[in-house]
Amino acid sequence: MQGAIDVNNLSFSYNGKPVIKDFSFSVNKGDFLGIIGANGSGKSTLIKLLVKILEPCGGEIKILGQRISSFKSWNKIGYISQKASSFNSSFPATVEEVVSANMYSKTNIFKKRDIKIKEEVYNALQKVDMHQYGKSLIGNLSGGQQQRVFIARVLVSRPEIMFLDEPTVGIDAKSEEAVYCLLARLNKELGITIVMVTHDIGAITVHANKLLFLSENGLILQSTEDTMTGDFISKMYGYGINFQSHICRYCNNKGEN
Amino acid sequence: MLEIFQYNFMIKAFLVGMLIALIVPCIGLVVVLRRLSMIGDTLSHSSLAGVAGGLAFGINPILGATIISIFSAFGIEKIRKSFPRYAEIALAIIMSTGIGLAGILSGFVKNTSGFHSFLFGSIVAISSIELISTIILSIVVFASVIILYRELFYITFDEVSARLSGIPVKAINSVFTLLTAVTISISARTVGTLVISSLMVLPVACALQLAKSYKQTFIYSIIFAELFTITGLFISYYANFKPGATIVMTGVICLLTILFYKGINKTLIIKKPVKG
Repeated sequence: MQGAIDVNNLSFSYNGKPVIKDFSFSVNKGDFLGIIGANGSGKSTLIKLLVKILEPCGGEIKILGQRISSFKSWNKIGYISQKASSFNSSFPATVEEVVSANMYSKTNIFKKRDIKIKEEVYNALQKVDMHQYGKSLIGNLSGGQQQRVFIARVLVSRPEIMFLDEPTVGIDAKSEEAVYCLLARLNKELGITIVMVTHDIGAITVHANKLLFLSENGLILQSTEDTMTGDFISKMYGYGINFQSHICRYCNNKGEN
Repeated sequence: MLEIFQYNFMIKAFLVGMLIALIVPCIGLVVVLRRLSMIGDTLSHSSLAGVAGGLAFGINPILGATIISIFSAFGIEKIRKSFPRYAEIALAIIMSTGIGLAGILSGFVKNTSGFHSFLFGSIVAISSIELISTIILSIVVFASVIILYRELFYITFDEVSARLSGIPVKAINSVFTLLTAVTISISARTVGTLVISSLMVLPVACALQLAKSYKQTFIYSIIFAELFTITGLFISYYANFKPGATIVMTGVICLLTILFYKGINKTLIIKKPVKG
């Protein structure tokens, strides 16, 4: 299977303090990768390096076979950051305006593509079941609905890889499950590679097919479905974690263990 | 009532005022939504150094204000990168430097009334050259804002995602900084450096209370700015007030009226008895 992401000997430091030390892993096209680990282990830093928000101190990142330093096809990449840090909830924008924004680099005032944009925005909103909220102000939606709109904003540019940094922070459990199921459906039906940072071990082990565990001492492990067991995760975290009973109420997916 | 238009200087005042009211809220909307409302105050105050320098050394004061505004705007961006967690420090440093420099340079200005006219504006004393330069610069600023409308929206809403979608964020931010500096310096002559940031913020504040989308907020901001300017000029002419200050006070009264009306509406909705 063709590689979506290849990371070799990646290192990064904040003010001289190493956060990521010599990480190497690869993600295939069509994978659903969950990045888990304790606070401060470098999960968000890693995802920021993968979307070039941060520059690595050493090592190499390849996205869709190209070195990240020369990678130009950013329209094939979707990124959803932690909502609270990136979104002003009183911003006067409608759902349609927010979603269509991701198509602006392909159009400008001289290219009359408004009708096509409207169609594509509607289709993207339909995929996340938010098409009925097109004219609503983004700030008036619930946290879960806002996250679905942000997923639609990424979908409108037909991405091959989606990076999500704790997309379910601050939303209720029901909405959280809906977001996970939506991502799993996009992964299976559209073949989009998903890379997601999360603290929700129960939910991610239900939906992801690979896990990347980051620990404070920089240890990195690539795990397959076979190793997604309570014992394995507990061993990695250093304390008991029970997620055997986790069953997604939206798509009835459940853990393998 | 239309006797006001018998005077050439008042026709010029309306023309320049309406052009300024067209471009200032376009810049103001992005500035307010980026939570940088104080940038208008900072640049307008620091532009006073350019005005004072221009008057002292025989250079066109608007040109002086434009140059200092541009340097100040890029200076803010530079300092902000050095203090990423304390964005307002950059504004305070540039404003203090501008005011300090203006204070020193104003000591060399022989005709102080010329300098004072920039503090509160002198829209009714616009020369033909100033009129033409305002028309040209307003067209350039407005055309740029319209061409970059979508990109500015996305960068303002979510800068990281805008960059990932392929928008040249750095270049557009630099162009916007330049447009902000030019807008402030050409507005300084008309509404005055002390009140320009109010005209940047008040129409947007009113529009934010009523609009249901970004596009509406953009259009309403311009409508409110035009309304404040036209009403303010009429009142200032008949009541013999200072035009710049009157325009701003019209905006303040309008905003208070909207807030009061919305407050009453909210109270009525809460107090409305529930049937059943």
